[in-house]
This record gives sequence, C-alpha cells and structure tokens, in this order.
Amino acid sequence: MANQDSASCDRPTGSVESGPPPATTEPTAKEEVSVMAARVGQKAPGFTAPAYHKGGFTNVSLSDYAGKWVMLCFYPGDFTFV
Amino acid sequence: MSAVAANYQKLQDLGVEVISVSVDSQFVHKIWDEHELSKMIGGEVPFPMVADQNGALGRAYGCWEENQGVELRGRFIIDPDGVIQAMEMLTPPVGRKLGETIRQIQAYQHVRATQGKEACPAGWEPGKTTLKPGPDLVGNVWKVWNPSME
Repeated sequence: MANQDSASCDRPTGSVESGPPPATTEPTAKEEVSVMAARVGQKAPGFTAPAYHKGGFTNVSLSDYAGKWVMLCFYPGDFTFV
Repeated sequence: MSAVAANYQKLQDLGVEVISVSVDSQFVHKIWDEHELSKMIGGEVPFPMVADQNGALGRAYGCWEENQGVELRGRFIIDPDGVIQAMEMLTPPVGRKLGETIRQIQAYQHVRATQGKEACPAGWEPGKTTLKPGPDLVGNVWKVWNPSME
C-alpha cells in the first residue's frame, strides 16, 4: 500500500495530482473555478505525500486505496490540545 | 486524532481505511505518536499520518487556513469509487464526534449495498426504517416516516 522510504535530510512535500484540462468553453461565472476543490459527489483529489506509519516513513497515495472506503481527516497540528 | 486511533478497529470492521493529514513533518508525527498519542491509546497509531508541509493537500481539499498556516478539521468519507460522499469542516477549537462519522459511513454503505434503491432519512442508524424513493413515495413519506423516528 505504501512505499517504504528512508529518512533523509531533504524535505519532500505532498503533491496533488493535476486536475482535468481546463474546459474549452468560456466559464459562465466571473469567479475563477478551482478544478481541484473537493466537493461531495465528485472524485476526491488524488495525492501522493510522505507519511509516518507504524514506526517507518512511507509515501501514501490516495490511488492505493481504490476499491476501499477511506476516512480522510485533516487536523490543525500535532501537539495541539483538541 | 487519538479518538480515531482508539476506535480504529470499529472503522476496520466496517472496511474503512484511515489517513490523517496535518502540516507537521512525518518526523514530528513520529515523535507525537511515540511521546503522546501512544500513551492515550495504549499502542502506536495504526494508520498513516501524512505530512502536508506546504499545504498542497489542504488547499485541494479546502482545509487550508491561510492566516495560521494550518489545516482546518476537515473530514471526508470517500467511497470505493474514489468519490467524496460526505465532508465536515470544523475550525480548530472544537473536536469531531467519531460516532457521527461512523453513522454516516454505515448509511452510505447501506445506500451503496442497495444500489441506491434505498435512502436513509434523518438520524438513520442500522436497523432503522429506510425510504424507497419512487412514484408511490411522493407525498407519502409521512405514512412511513416521521421526525420522532430520528
């Protein structure tokens, strides 16, 4: 599910898969539409990012979880109080 | 996140995988797990803790709090087709209620199992009455469901 990754001094960050190509038709609204915004009923934005998992460092890709239910939880930060 | 970790088996029993995300590095996640979380839950955190140091994931999911450089408490239920079925967004000072997430997962799993033939009314939990949308139900929901059943 995840690639084992050794700890190193570089700081790889997570990346999001690029969204679909921009629509060729003119948008009807003036606001710029973000193709990556997560919405219910829509495909979850794909990503690959470094992670800590059970004592090791790995890379996690959402695509690894295809065919499974996933609960994806964001939170403000480690060592916070809630 | 400790509440999720402590109840991880309940989620696994429902076939749900968990991924947590914050702006902390994977190295900080390790130390937080070793020094605090593992003491709350009696063992190591069982799911991957993702590092989103540049906020790329948070931005894609609408969780990025620009002024503080942190993620909001965004929670997403993603189905086996990779579609987001439910999301919840809280500001930092209030924590989530895992039981409500589990209820929603069970409801979405029920709907999926019936291939959309059944819908789950307000407050639905396993064993409670579902609705079967169709021409006969229009205007007749009151005959099979009312708010006291929530």
